[in-house]
Amino acid sequence: MAVASEKTRSAYAPAGLKPMITQTIATEHFNKRQGAAPVLLRTVDLSMRFGGLTALDRVSIDVHQGVIHSVIGPNGAGKTTLFNCVMQGHRISSGDIQLAGERLIGLTPDKVAAAGIARTYQNIRLFTGITAIENLLVGMHRHLKSRWWEAVLASSRCRHDEEKAHAEAREILKFVGLAGRGDTLARHLSYGDQRRLEIGRALCTRPKLLMLDEPTAGMNPREITEMMIFIRRVREAFGLTIVLIEHQMRLVMEVSDKVTVLDHGVKIAEGDPAYVKSNSAVIEAYLGHAAQRQEHPA
Amino acid sequence: MTTAVTTLPVLHPARSLARMDMTLALRAGSVAGIVAVYAAAVGILKVFGQREVIVDHLTLGHVFLFSLAGACGAYVWTRSKASIRLRVINVVIAGIASGFFLVALIALMANVNLRWMFTALSSDLLRSLIYDRGAVGGSVLFLGAGALGAICGALLIGLPQTPRRCLVWGLSAVLIAGVFQELIQIALRFGWPITSLRTFLYVWRGLTLQGAMIAFATAFCVCWALDLGRRHLRRRRGPADIDVAIPRLRSQLASAVLLLCILVVFPLVAGSYIGQVMMLVSLFVLMGMGLNIEVGLAGLLDLGFVAFFAVGAYTMALLTADSEFALAHYTSLPSLTFWMALPLAVLAATGIGILFGLPVLGVRGDYLAVATLGLGEIVRVLVISDAAKPVLGGAQGILQVPKPTIGGIELVDPMHLFYLTLVFVLVAALIAWRLEGSRLGRAWTAIRDDEDVAQALGINLVQCKLLAYGLGAAFAGLAGAIFAAMLTSVYPHSFSLLVSINVLALLIVGGLGSLPGVIVGALLLIGLPEVLREFNEYRFLFYGVLLIVVMQWRPEGLWPSPQRKREVRTPRLG
Ligand SMILES: Nc1ncnc2c1ncn2[C@@H]1O[C@H](COP(=O)(O)OP(=O)(O)O)[C@@H](O)[C@H]1O
Ligand SMILES: [Mg+2]
Repeated sequence: MAVASEKTRSAYAPAGLKPMITQTIATEHFNKRQGAAPVLLRTVDLSMRFGGLTALDRVSIDVHQGVIHSVIGPNGAGKTTLFNCVMQGHRISSGDIQLAGERLIGLTPDKVAAAGIARTYQNIRLFTGITAIENLLVGMHRHLKSRWWEAVLASSRCRHDEEKAHAEAREILKFVGLAGRGDTLARHLSYGDQRRLEIGRALCTRPKLLMLDEPTAGMNPREITEMMIFIRRVREAFGLTIVLIEHQMRLVMEVSDKVTVLDHGVKIAEGDPAYVKSNSAVIEAYLGHAAQRQEHPA
Repeated sequence: MTTAVTTLPVLHPARSLARMDMTLALRAGSVAGIVAVYAAAVGILKVFGQREVIVDHLTLGHVFLFSLAGACGAYVWTRSKASIRLRVINVVIAGIASGFFLVALIALMANVNLRWMFTALSSDLLRSLIYDRGAVGGSVLFLGAGALGAICGALLIGLPQTPRRCLVWGLSAVLIAGVFQELIQIALRFGWPITSLRTFLYVWRGLTLQGAMIAFATAFCVCWALDLGRRHLRRRRGPADIDVAIPRLRSQLASAVLLLCILVVFPLVAGSYIGQVMMLVSLFVLMGMGLNIEVGLAGLLDLGFVAFFAVGAYTMALLTADSEFALAHYTSLPSLTFWMALPLAVLAATGIGILFGLPVLGVRGDYLAVATLGLGEIVRVLVISDAAKPVLGGAQGILQVPKPTIGGIELVDPMHLFYLTLVFVLVAALIAWRLEGSRLGRAWTAIRDDEDVAQALGINLVQCKLLAYGLGAAFAGLAGAIFAAMLTSVYPHSFSLLVSINVLALLIVGGLGSLPGVIVGALLLIGLPEVLREFNEYRFLFYGVLLIVVMQWRPEGLWPSPQRKREVRTPRLG
């Protein structure tokens, strides 16, 4: 893990560098290690149907360890549904999902979290009524081992546990740039802060795989750039594998090692960013949608 | 839009505003007036009129009518958008309008006999309200008092916070000193300095005018001093600490200790009837703390909560009673003492709580209320049923449950039982408080806020929800076991749906998720109607009004948890 993140660090140019250059480095890097890194998350012919609607149609994706793997596609393509399926929020229609070779199908979401997956949501879903630091502490739930009767008896182990958790939560708070704001109600944080706090909460579960659902939705260009720098920092500091749903093509190209394109629930292209960008099916999907939108302005 | 402008040029904008405000004032006044007439017709006014606040000067009926006028005055003042002068006029109009309805009632009663329908509408009802003046004098009095009340209400709302709070304290002090005069007089019967205080404030029938003034002035000054002190402290301390979860300990513990002192000392000085009432209150506090875990923390609405109370009570009865239904009577089990049966009763309730939770695990929101309601009723119907009669005694219940003993002495005195219960309440409160701040408590809060997200963060929903039901039920089981020993018998009719509703209502009034709130809610909803016996008849009317008032003006409850206060009081940004 540590070695992987060491390698990847060199692959990333500072934010100011031209996208083209970053891209080629990332591509090279991706090609070089494709054989070496094991698959962390694998979906095999994953299908998800809601009544008559097929939201995912035999989608097979391999997410290699240590990479930032983007999933792109027009609205309604099934990206969020993919996350829900991995997290076992939906009962999938057919196919298989594995994390490091272990099947996830049939587990409850909390078991999936225990297996090492954490996610954020397209529309931020913090616990709005409690403070920032309490949100993080909830994320740490899994790692606190003291039982409820120990809390009732205020056992020394429990107190020790709590102190450690608070210290760790403060660390994470600092990492997501909210040092000194722990006391603020989550709902009173600014939009960007809420996004980062949500990522921090996911990090508190100490995942192997972090799934981010449109972390830049509704942000202005400057905030988007900051968020991308932040996502890289997360990967480097925690040695994580990241699956990223993203709409901003420029940033997808800049940050990803590998890109999967979904359209109407079907995987239409996959590869390094440069390849995907020039793929005719992708252009068709995006332009086609754009053309459709122009025809039906509704 | 344009058509509207072109068709309305005849009306001066300011004048139309004034007219709008006038309608507002008339409407508010009418509502207050109708409420007053209604209260007179159903007999509330009569009951209130018999309770003197200040001897020979003021009854609770006056207070009631005056505050009605005050409320409508305050309403008009805050809603009206006109100039100050117009607003004052409108407030007066609203007050007079509210009085007018009672004047109309006087006129109607003088000419038509309404008593065949509304037995409460006797002529002496109003005569006592208007201090035995005639119809004309009475009418003037009603109209004048209405206007004055409205102005006072508007003034109170318009004042800055500090003087307003002090005034409210002062008025509340007079009201409390007057309404609870019997209790306070009993409490003041000891020793020289206190007895002279009593003769200073009271005659035997109640509070004197002089006493009322003293009570008002004292409360006013105390409030003012507290406010000054608080401000001073805030200035010295500077901005709050950062990055620590709320200092729960300091704020909550202080208030809890204060409440506790009242709970300990009050029955001691106020006599054994109060002891009995407080006993009931503390049983409801125990149940409230249990339901608070389910509803306040974990957000699992439960209308079948009384089932756990029943399980605790019946377990205690079955294990300890000297009756044909006791287990010892027809099995080889020994007859247990209170202390041996108590943990078993709690355990049984916990078990039933977990069983109860199982079928409703996947049920959310409104459906949960209905499902738990049904489960609770199942328990009650089972207890009454013929099938269970040979075991549980049917409608006749189980008699001869022994009272608890300590060191061989039976606790017969209700006061002793109360203090025993108080000890249980304390232990339970400590447990509830520790749970709230624990990892499990945070998980409950998370489940309440967003179940799916909580689960995706690794929280085991099944486990946490069942723990909420089980631990909540344990508190109710404890209360039930004590209840059985207190009454020395259990009857199925003690375990009606109303108990569940009472507990839920006291939680909401006190403040969901707040431990001191449970105590405040229980004192108000359980204690008060017992102390003011004559209100018992209107108990549920009182509940309804109180719930609406609290929901409207203090949705976070009367003594909210710091967290909930922030949650409700602060607007949602982002
Ligand atoms: N729980 C659900 N029930 C029914 N249809 C759903 C559900 N979740 C998603 N869908 C549908 O599946 C399709 C894919 O949605 P989604 O995964 O949210 O797209 P996106 O790629 O924009 O995230 C959409 O047509 C959506 O309406
Ligand atoms: Mg989506």
